[in-house]
Amino acid sequence: MTATTTPTYIGARVARKEDPRLITGEGTFTDDVTLPGMAYLTLVRSPHAHARIRRIDTTAAKKEPGVVAVFTGKDLEATGMLPVFITVPSMSGSKHMPIATDKARYAGDAVAAVVADSREAAKRAADLIAVDYEPLPIVVDAMKALEPGAPIVHEELGSNLVFTYPVKGGDIDKAFKDAEVKISQRIVNQRLIPNAIEPRAVTAKFEAGELTLWSTTQIPHFVQLIAALNLGLGQNKVRVIAPEVGGGFGSKLQVYAEELLVGFLAKTLGRPVKWTEERREGYLATIHGRDHVSDVELAAKRDGTILGLRVRTVANVGAYLQAFAPGIPTILHVFIVPGAYRIPAFDYEMRGAYTNTTPVDAYRGAGRPEAAYLIERMVDRLADEIRMDPAEVRRKNFIAADAFPFNTISGITYDSGNYEPALDRALAMADYKGFEKRRAEAKTRGNYRGIGISSYVEICGLAPSKVNAALGVGWGGYESARIRVHATGSVQVFTGTSPHGQGHETSWAQIAADALGISPNDIEVRHGDTFESPGMGVGTFGSRSLAVGGVAVHKAAEKVREKVVQIGAHLLEASPADVVVAGGKVFVKGVPEKAKNFGDISMAAYLANNLPEGMEPGLEATVYYDPPNFTFPFGTHIAEVEIDGETGRVQIVKYSACDDCGRQINPMIVEGQLHGGITQGIGQALYEGAVYDNDGQLLSGSMMEYHVPTAEDVPPFDLDSTETLTNTNPLGVKGIGEAGTIGSTPAAVNAVIDALSPLGIKHLDMPLTPEKLWRAIRASGEGRR
Amino acid sequence: MPHAVAVTVNGTSYPREIEPTLLLVEYLRETLGLTGTHVGCDTSQCGACTVLVDGRATKACTMLAVQADGAEVITIEGLAKNGDMHPIQRAFAKEHALQCGFCTPGLMITAVDFLERNPSPSDAEIRHAIKGNLCRCTGYHNIVNAIRSASAEMRQSAGARPKVAAEAKR
Repeated sequence: MTATTTPTYIGARVARKEDPRLITGEGTFTDDVTLPGMAYLTLVRSPHAHARIRRIDTTAAKKEPGVVAVFTGKDLEATGMLPVFITVPSMSGSKHMPIATDKARYAGDAVAAVVADSREAAKRAADLIAVDYEPLPIVVDAMKALEPGAPIVHEELGSNLVFTYPVKGGDIDKAFKDAEVKISQRIVNQRLIPNAIEPRAVTAKFEAGELTLWSTTQIPHFVQLIAALNLGLGQNKVRVIAPEVGGGFGSKLQVYAEELLVGFLAKTLGRPVKWTEERREGYLATIHGRDHVSDVELAAKRDGTILGLRVRTVANVGAYLQAFAPGIPTILHVFIVPGAYRIPAFDYEMRGAYTNTTPVDAYRGAGRPEAAYLIERMVDRLADEIRMDPAEVRRKNFIAADAFPFNTISGITYDSGNYEPALDRALAMADYKGFEKRRAEAKTRGNYRGIGISSYVEICGLAPSKVNAALGVGWGGYESARIRVHATGSVQVFTGTSPHGQGHETSWAQIAADALGISPNDIEVRHGDTFESPGMGVGTFGSRSLAVGGVAVHKAAEKVREKVVQIGAHLLEASPADVVVAGGKVFVKGVPEKAKNFGDISMAAYLANNLPEGMEPGLEATVYYDPPNFTFPFGTHIAEVEIDGETGRVQIVKYSACDDCGRQINPMIVEGQLHGGITQGIGQALYEGAVYDNDGQLLSGSMMEYHVPTAEDVPPFDLDSTETLTNTNPLGVKGIGEAGTIGSTPAAVNAVIDALSPLGIKHLDMPLTPEKLWRAIRASGEGRR
Repeated sequence: MPHAVAVTVNGTSYPREIEPTLLLVEYLRETLGLTGTHVGCDTSQCGACTVLVDGRATKACTMLAVQADGAEVITIEGLAKNGDMHPIQRAFAKEHALQCGFCTPGLMITAVDFLERNPSPSDAEIRHAIKGNLCRCTGYHNIVNAIRSASAEMRQSAGARPKVAAEAKR
């Protein structure tokens, strides 16, 4: 009923509100929080990947100067178990205590804890704790873990099988019977280490019956909830603060042992306690990502039409199920495997396996990069097999633009999509047509040049609460927002999302600014404090923040705006339908000279002596927004690589991408998300991989052995976008946090394999390191001597 | 046994009694409370702890505080002068060269040292100069843009503003 205004700030490259404090060193990260009388927690971690704990001697440690207390797992059972928020059918859940009590199940499993007056004293004492271990047989490989006779990680479960998750659609037998081409390929999606540059940390104090806990978390409200339940405190007595959080990528999407331990110890010891992860410790004790081995069969016709896809995958979940782990290889993976294509028959069986390795959970993309890599490699394998242009195979099988909303063969509904324009733009950006000339030129240099395409679709906007429940997710998928306009007209937005680099303070201010007709500069966005939030927030993960949390802000702002209009109409003696809210003013359409200031309206709301009949005083609104569906962003990424014929080193010489995340609130932030995401995806394709030996020792155990891409390892990125709005939410937004990671890995690998295809090479497993390529080139009988 | 040291940080001398095992980064963060310098790894790979020591970008986790006795250290807190941001700070914000901001102080300090030695770098030189500073958020694209943009501004205003690194060298 109110006059609408055109967006002023939505879609603009508004400078980030977060930056001034972060570029001056004034931001406060969790490890920066230091409290008077603070003690330090250090954990003793098992050097064995699998060992029974016979005895722990803490005598010497307790005598070390500065030591406050020493604990074993049995002393700390009062912290309760670590939570798992998702239960998929047939799931065999593991008991997971913050400190192991019976046996260590991976190298890095905590077995004892020391609290001391200083970090150094705690470390010295930790070295004095003597643990008598009985080493047990170890299983590292997930496939082997499911074989009969494998060492069992959790004896009480009887086997290492976590779940079997089958998803079927169409007639798969017919697809393979009708197939003119059948391609079988093992696809390995290697284990990755997230490597947020800020290590995890927790600081807590317990005063006047109230626990305040600062944590490097993406989900402060879940930490609050579990801390309250496990530690026997009212939720009103647990304040969790996620201050500046230095990157997460899923690795801070947990309720970790250290959060419960620090909370418990602060409460029990009566003094503040801090724990800060060391990087090498984090490599063992912070979750890893990916780790799938898939056997894939694709049925197709000679003209490139895909008929069916059969997949058998084992996902390595590590030694324990973490918070969201059951949902990553299942809900967030299996359903999206058909990708951008109309596939008539689909048969996927995903199995999860416990092993003696660090637990695996969400890492940027979480299930969707594994899906995109699988299908996009198979499409390229098909193109190679039938000697057809990979771009044309994709085009031939794309879901048509007029087919949306589209029900996939895996049983979900894509909201909207238009895949060909994104492909066409990316092809043009990449000068795809001119590529063969460049390949030939590279050959004269003794190098191999290739071009690789990836046309991905992913799932964002997690998620409708009822769908969550049906899928086994044990919590709603809504998000909350509260907007408070003070009497003077200053505005605060409280959001349940918990950003750690995504710039919500800026984007949410843009969204609220457009609804309220004021500048984002006049809006403060606050997040990450459970005592300030609307009550319950779900958090920032799965590229959900904008499509759920941003929409909640929009809806709250619309509510406030509605009241502004009503008050404005009353004061201006006009009909609400004629009232315009814009430029910090409220006026009757066509009469801007007789405007009220936004601050006049808010003051009136609190003076409360001249409001419309029956209106409550005050000017604020709280919204819990539960989306009706997921959103499904898409795009095409194209990598062009040149491989040094002598060394096998890959250089990405050009990277082009056209992404579609629906409406963009702040294109500058969208591009930033893509840059970082693409770099992480290239990291998986070319550089990164967690390596265990057969004894379960993490060989890639520090940043010295695990190669996080540097500035010299990645190219500049050429980005473009299309805009296909979603009907799922009123802003038409989809999400962009993970798209880059999802799109880039297959593009980079497809490019490398394309470069080497003249040598007869059809597939190589990631990471495509110089050594691997050098060996492959030589094994093919080529390469300079 | 504690050692008496006096490190000049951002222009102020701080005489302190410290343990010989104390790292420079611990001295800055914990002894002096200058928490703008961050610790991201324990193997000197990430560069989050980079500060200027006598004008040279130095990973403060690879240096003992006692080794900095008598040295001039500039941290992120000392980059702006009297509220006037250094061009690199403005450029990082303008080019969206930071997301979570954790690696940012180290990257800006590395860039300041680099640009004072190489005022007109190519993109390849910029990428090489910052390869010891890891960023997991930005993919470096906008960081390269920011350093290039800051270099232009610093060339234009050369002389108007004292060089941070050179000033620390004396």
